[in-house]
Amino acid sequence: MAIEDDVLVVGGGLAGATAALAAARGDVRVRLISHRQSTLRHASGLIDVLGYAPTGEGPLADPFSAIPDLPDGHPYERVGLEAVREALELFDAVAGDAYDGAHTDANALVPTHGGTVKPTARYPTATAPGLASADGDALLVGFETLPDFDAPLAAAHLEAAGVPFDARGVTVRFPGIGRDDAKITRYAHLLDRDEVVETAAGETGARAALAETVRPHLGDEPRVGFPAILGDERAADVRRDLADRLGVDVFEVPMGPPSLPGMRLEDLLYDAVADAGVRVTTGVPVVDYETDAAETGAAGPERIERVIVDRNGSAIPHRAEQYVLATGGLVGKGVQSDRERVHEPIFDCHVPHPADRYDWFVDDVFGDQPYARFGVPVDRALRPLDADDAPEFANLHAAGAVLGGYDFAAEKSGGGVSLATGYVAGRRAAEECQ
Amino acid sequence: MSDADRPTDDVSIDDDDQDDAFEPIQVFPEGGETDLRPGADDCYKCSTCDTNCPVAEVDDEFPGPKFQGPEQWRLKRQEDHDIDESVMKCSNCMRCDSACPSSVPLSQMHNTARGEYVEERMDKLSREYVRNRILANYRRLAPLAAAFPRTTNVVMGLSATQWLGEKVLGITSQREFPEFATETFREWWAKRGGNATSKKRAREARVASDATHPSDHASGTSSREQTERGGAKVENPDKRVAYFHGCYSNYNTPEVAKALVRVYEHFGYEILVPDQHCSGTPMFANGMLADARRSAETNVRELGAALEEGADIVASCSSCSMSLRQEYPELFDIAGIEDVAANTWDAVEYLRVHEDLERALEGTSVGDEFDDFAYHAPCHARNQGLDGQTVELLERIDGVEAHDVGDSCSGISGTYGWKAENYETSMKIGSEMFEHMNDADAAQGLTECPTCSMQMEHGTGYEITHTLEVLAAALVGPDAEARAQ
Repeated sequence: MAIEDDVLVVGGGLAGATAALAAARGDVRVRLISHRQSTLRHASGLIDVLGYAPTGEGPLADPFSAIPDLPDGHPYERVGLEAVREALELFDAVAGDAYDGAHTDANALVPTHGGTVKPTARYPTATAPGLASADGDALLVGFETLPDFDAPLAAAHLEAAGVPFDARGVTVRFPGIGRDDAKITRYAHLLDRDEVVETAAGETGARAALAETVRPHLGDEPRVGFPAILGDERAADVRRDLADRLGVDVFEVPMGPPSLPGMRLEDLLYDAVADAGVRVTTGVPVVDYETDAAETGAAGPERIERVIVDRNGSAIPHRAEQYVLATGGLVGKGVQSDRERVHEPIFDCHVPHPADRYDWFVDDVFGDQPYARFGVPVDRALRPLDADDAPEFANLHAAGAVLGGYDFAAEKSGGGVSLATGYVAGRRAAEECQ
Repeated sequence: MSDADRPTDDVSIDDDDQDDAFEPIQVFPEGGETDLRPGADDCYKCSTCDTNCPVAEVDDEFPGPKFQGPEQWRLKRQEDHDIDESVMKCSNCMRCDSACPSSVPLSQMHNTARGEYVEERMDKLSREYVRNRILANYRRLAPLAAAFPRTTNVVMGLSATQWLGEKVLGITSQREFPEFATETFREWWAKRGGNATSKKRAREARVASDATHPSDHASGTSSREQTERGGAKVENPDKRVAYFHGCYSNYNTPEVAKALVRVYEHFGYEILVPDQHCSGTPMFANGMLADARRSAETNVRELGAALEEGADIVASCSSCSMSLRQEYPELFDIAGIEDVAANTWDAVEYLRVHEDLERALEGTSVGDEFDDFAYHAPCHARNQGLDGQTVELLERIDGVEAHDVGDSCSGISGTYGWKAENYETSMKIGSEMFEHMNDADAAQGLTECPTCSMQMEHGTGYEITHTLEVLAAALVGPDAEARAQ
């Protein structure tokens, strides 16, 4: 016996969750297996579609008009513009009022914790009042115990980047946090639960105490930006409460890693996945597969019969009609490298790369790095291709950062590619279930 | 293998490039041992573990798993640093393990550090040490309590006892001690005829099953051969499992253990109940590694013998299976320990893989005995990839549903929440689960972990059931034992 489903998605990040959601729209039983927690926890929570062209041109005002010009083999070229739009619609439906940006094709410019502005297509509502395109001077507030966000420096960088408003930064002590390296979840929990903290004025709720700490620093600015630690489960309440108390707009500047906006996005996706009836298995890796090689003959690509999940040493077979590989890139370890080769560890799908590892990179750290494009090549149905451009397996689709042919860090296209390819892979997997 | 372990690289270089050639620097002494614990080097400080730590989220004093693991390890290498006492605030939920993208063995490092702290820095006459030792060795006191269960229950329930427990030992008086069953599982098992009766019943069930589903015969008798096992084994054509019931289902909730017996015999399995000691989970969590090792030696010996008889090992408590599967081979080097780890299963997952449990449950019902449940997946089930299992299986049963109450930790973490100094932290961690349970469309709770179940009951007043009890009700019915007589 094996644990049986129709579609099995391997990988639990943005691509995997989207594939599971798209597949679950068909009349099929879907399971998502995720080993380690997804790199969403490292992610900013922003959904970029395309911020810069592969040539470096940008920031692009309209990512959609640039997509048709992408080179052959780019994931967007594989799935086509229409799929990108449909995938974003799926995301917008899942995100509801937690995200903004659906009202326009144009990229938004979001200030980051380093004080740069990042072109992105969808952003958490908590980020919205901070957009660089919005009017109004901004006060950025940092905390002594949170060195990852240096508010005065970020403000100076924003001004240097040419934002059309004045930005000013102050650093204050976060009320109720004693230790120098408190976890970001500790800040969020304090505010979520509005825990009682000790202040000079006596005991008070954490939200009131924070507002009172910031108030003396507030000039005429109509908006105040905080690092993204303003609550987790009740983030919207925390932000509204602070805005009411301070009488200004309050926004979050994306942080990371680790990143609360990434964790909130993870929660949003997994709630949707659960609502869609997808079965979820986490904490265990898929380590191997078996094919029906004996039955296939020479006629076509093999079918994956079942995959093996390793549960602390026991081999747990999982069987499905169709499989989606969404295990991530080098960071998520869906693509791995050693001194000899670059490979995809579960199905050993072909990953094109130069034989000499000194050709994997260029000396200019910020140059056009070949390794950034390493990944699995796919056909237009997102089936991984072998060295002869033939599908590796008849019933395997790939999505997200495991794909090759694009540099998501340079292009600012990671979220959009995960959504679009996850959507297409999941939909096709469901359609091909017989 | 990390790069540090590799001597030099061996790229050939063209002669005319000699000037630009890469010359590796010898970082570590020739042939010398590197002093970084394996895995510590894999930590790239992403801090994802810290965002998963339920203690760090509510306790400003706790430095978090990244510090307790790789950072503390490095500090300690400096020799003028002792293990930091904050390691005792770790609740051993092991969530950091599945959080780490680099597979750093965090909980193993924490267990080792805690053991060293207790061994070297704790005063063995201190109230805290004595209290921890008592809590960790619950299994040693339980037989006495179980011998006079009614007396024990009354005495432990007295407010004077609780007051004394808090004042003298630092065991919180906020909690009610778990009741001891009037008949332990092992007493019931012996009275019922032990392993021999189980063998007979399993055979009867197989004969009955073959008569009704002759086509199932092949899968029914050969499922063990379908599962590959490491090394040469005595293969037995019969279906046989060794049950690691753990202490709690023996002394406190024998109904869970009995449910397992009924479900397994229903599928034609012969059950062995080997001699066993505590799994060691509470000992790891209290840094009592020597105690844990003694228990592990007993368990590995007895369970290893059962393996030789062709049985696989199943456990009904998620912390027990976690301990046997992961913590044993990480912490101890005992002959046969790897074999025991590799052949231990969660009791429900074993049936999912070896039988068609879902089809067997299809269309069954549990009558009025159970209604919908608020289900909490214990951390130690979550870490084993078992978090969705109960919800999936209960979907097959008519008229009953399990509503997952989310991924928060219950907060009690075995003995952790029993300590007076941790009680408040424990309840703060649990508050999210309590709220979700109260919001769920159910007034009964469901989980696979005995101490999570105490916390669920304590925080909500709900009655808590084990998944196996629901499966037994669906597959065999509540009065199976009576019918079988």
